[in-house]
Amino acid sequence: MYRYNDFDTAFLAERNAQFRAQVERRIDGSLTEDEFRPLRLMNGLYLQLHAYMLRVAIPYGTLRSAQMRQLAMIADKWDKGYGHFTTRQNIQYNWPKLPDVPDILDALGEVQLHAIQTSGNTIRNVTADHFAGAAADEIADPRPVAELLRQWSTDHPEFQFLPRKFKFAVTGSPNDRAVTRAHDIGVRMIRNDKGDPGYEVLVGGGLGRTPMIGKVIRDFLPPEDLLPYMEAIVSTYNTLGRRDNKYKARIKITVHENGLDTFRDKVEARFAEVKPHFSGVDQEILREIEAHFAPPAFRNAPTEAYEAERDANPAFRAWADTNLSDHRAEGYAIVTVSLKKHGDTPGDATSDQMRVLADIAERYAHDELRISHEQNVILPHVHVSDLPAIYAALRGADLATANVGLISDIIACPGMDYCALATARSIPVAQEIATRFEELKLEHDVGPLKLKISGCINACGHHHVGHIGILGLDRAGVENYQITLGGDGTEEAAIGQRTGPGFAYDEITDAIERIVRAYLEHREGPDETFLMAYRRLGLDPFKAALYDDAKGKAHAA
Amino acid sequence: MPRAFTPKVVTANALLEGDVVYLTEDNRWTRDLAEAELLTDEAVAEERLLDASRRQSEIVGAYLADMSAGTNGPAPTHFREDFRRTGPSNYHHGKQADALSEG
Ligand code: SF4
Repeated sequence: MYRYNDFDTAFLAERNAQFRAQVERRIDGSLTEDEFRPLRLMNGLYLQLHAYMLRVAIPYGTLRSAQMRQLAMIADKWDKGYGHFTTRQNIQYNWPKLPDVPDILDALGEVQLHAIQTSGNTIRNVTADHFAGAAADEIADPRPVAELLRQWSTDHPEFQFLPRKFKFAVTGSPNDRAVTRAHDIGVRMIRNDKGDPGYEVLVGGGLGRTPMIGKVIRDFLPPEDLLPYMEAIVSTYNTLGRRDNKYKARIKITVHENGLDTFRDKVEARFAEVKPHFSGVDQEILREIEAHFAPPAFRNAPTEAYEAERDANPAFRAWADTNLSDHRAEGYAIVTVSLKKHGDTPGDATSDQMRVLADIAERYAHDELRISHEQNVILPHVHVSDLPAIYAALRGADLATANVGLISDIIACPGMDYCALATARSIPVAQEIATRFEELKLEHDVGPLKLKISGCINACGHHHVGHIGILGLDRAGVENYQITLGGDGTEEAAIGQRTGPGFAYDEITDAIERIVRAYLEHREGPDETFLMAYRRLGLDPFKAALYDDAKGKAHAA
Repeated sequence: MPRAFTPKVVTANALLEGDVVYLTEDNRWTRDLAEAELLTDEAVAEERLLDASRRQSEIVGAYLADMSAGTNGPAPTHFREDFRRTGPSNYHHGKQADALSEG
């Protein structure tokens, strides 16, 4: 895992010292809020509905146990004993007090974490496949590339005032778990017909007000051109992107308005200019970074203990069936720890849970943890013989919910319970839907189904790419929830289609149940997933279930 | 014809804690909406907001929020202000908890 060098450490210490002085000047009245606001945002400090919120970047979602323990310590010492993991693989603290924030940032710095560029019109935390370095289907570990992009983009002088925020995602696997097609730039590590490694570069994806699927701007970029090409794209956007209207400022609109071909021509022209300035140092740095991500020493051990526990313990078996994924090393598994216990807040972990996860990672999982954009925690490298002990430890911390990939494994943004931009709540909607399906004991029959909820059009909850998406709106002073169906965040990315009029807060759970029951009625069999059935059937049967019966009609807003 | 003025309170977030505060008649910042001054005259409301906004070392982002005259002081007319007054719905944090401890 990447560790800071002296330069990184010194840079961070200096930034934190600067911010400490800025906070002091704000508190003693020498800075107004107008002057202070951009400074605090540069350091990840937002002001939300009920309190400040500090957003801490977790680069490509990767944490060591010591870092997780420090996150827990911060939650206890300066917050309310928990943290919220986000769809950008970040952690947010919902209750920090302004005078404490400099101390929090110093505590983060002790474990090589920070909150820089988690806000503002800059290049944000670079996200990556949460199974990086572990997945059986992986071509290459995307994290060295993500780390290179992180180093290049952090404090990049040209890119501190972009037209709008800018998000990168990287995957090294053909099965896209990083939603690269919904990012400003998506980088897919691929091999060409000759077997040479390179990158497919996607540009102009994004959700929000105008959702768009990223387009291929280069189908094969040689490895040594990566940084110059990224520099060319962001630089082209920086001059071409609109600054007159913030709703048209993201690169997706720049690409859309200029056309992909025109945009590509400009990028290629810029690329020709910048390429000579890259002497190859970036490639040397990448080699060094790659050394930090050498795979752990996997062990060769018997797996009988795992099989025996599966036979003996049905609860363990159910958990293993939903929460494990294929690992590239024999005898190993990837564990997804669900932060979606039915009725709890999606993505929240208490400080105790963070410490348990850190202990498990240290003891059994090569000291590695990942945060997924689906707001769960991953133990990427686990030998299956350790699974019974891990499961027992997770159970003890209320972390053994067996629902990964099922309807209760909901992505939900903070919504109007915390977020100042929200138009409706999302957390209680997620809580109620998860609780409903737990009561119905239906979700294992239903099978894979991704439900995603956003509390406003900004779409932090990725609702557009949910198989079922829910968008909370304010309709004439009342919360109203719009449903979309058929979204997909994978390599076959698609934007969901609106079903029709939205539903009131107290009707949305019933509406979701009607959709799911319609699916069960119409599917060809358990092998036809919700998404497959939707693709075969289209919206009609689901619309009928939502709106046709008298109850549905009476409730339609 | 002038349109009817919806009564308002001046509200903001406290500078240090970030929590929701309201302006009282005697120019204090209170955490309790019931204590807030209900402003029924548009010109007065604008003036109160202007004065409040100058108190930069106490608060952040003052604005006028719509209210109606309730039995127990100003009452929010929109759910957003209702949540600001109470705290989040998923945990007993924020004002709903503070009210108890101050109780
Ligand atoms: S989608 Fe809207 S409500 Fe949800 S976190 Fe993003 S900005 Fe806030």
